[in-house]
Amino acid sequence: MTTDLIVFLTLSLVAIATALGMVFSRNAVYSALFLVLNFVTVAVFYLLLGAPFIAMSQVTVYGGAIMVLFLFVIMLLGADSISSTSDLPWQKPLAFTLALVLVVESVYLIVSRAQPNLGITAPDASLNTMDSLHQMALELFSKYLLPFEVTSILLLVAMVGAIVLTKQKKAGQGS
Amino acid sequence: MNTVPVDYYVLLSAVLFTIGAMGVLIRRNPLIIFMSIELMLNAANLVFVAYASVFKSFSGQIFVFFVIAVAAAEVAVGLALIVQIFKAKKNINIDELNSLKG
Repeated sequence: MTTDLIVFLTLSLVAIATALGMVFSRNAVYSALFLVLNFVTVAVFYLLLGAPFIAMSQVTVYGGAIMVLFLFVIMLLGADSISSTSDLPWQKPLAFTLALVLVVESVYLIVSRAQPNLGITAPDASLNTMDSLHQMALELFSKYLLPFEVTSILLLVAMVGAIVLTKQKKAGQGS
Repeated sequence: MNTVPVDYYVLLSAVLFTIGAMGVLIRRNPLIIFMSIELMLNAANLVFVAYASVFKSFSGQIFVFFVIAVAAAEVAVGLALIVQIFKAKKNINIDELNSLKG
């Protein structure tokens, strides 16, 4: 057991436990907080994999911005405890069966095609310094410049869309 | 030598993805369903970064960067829709949201 493996196994237990807690907790606020913990755990995985920039964006964008938006809407709507009784009584057992089938299939496919020589070595010093960030920025702003600009347009459209959707209609403009 | 086989990351990602898919299927609260979708996006991101680290390439990491940006846009629009549906129907149990008309 190497140090990396121990860290990986501990964190993966935390990640799976928080994901299950997110799905099964009765209160939506608890779900959101479980999901924040899950995102932070995944950010630590990114650090283990030598991707410090992605880890930091994960914490700020997912753990910060997106989850604050979620908590805001949960508290705004008072939707923290919707009864989980369904009109379709067979839906829950069927969902569990299908999820079990999905996980068994994917684990079988991954294990049967495993390539044991593809190990991830702990990132050496050069990967964690400013050099790697510099390299990544060079690639982002040269090879991937067009997708980057398109993403900015997408964000602008989403922002305008959200404002238009939630805008209060004026009294004279019909319902 | 500190190594973690890349297959462990792929397995973890498969398990997280399945938990997210199960959450979409069994929960009735659209906000929880939304969070499950975010969980699935995260599982996919984990594989991207794992293979980017194996092949020592930045393309996987840059793709994750785009996925995060798209997820932020998706959450903004989706939550605005949920707020509007709640205003119109006073209820956001998805079993009762079965018409496109407001």
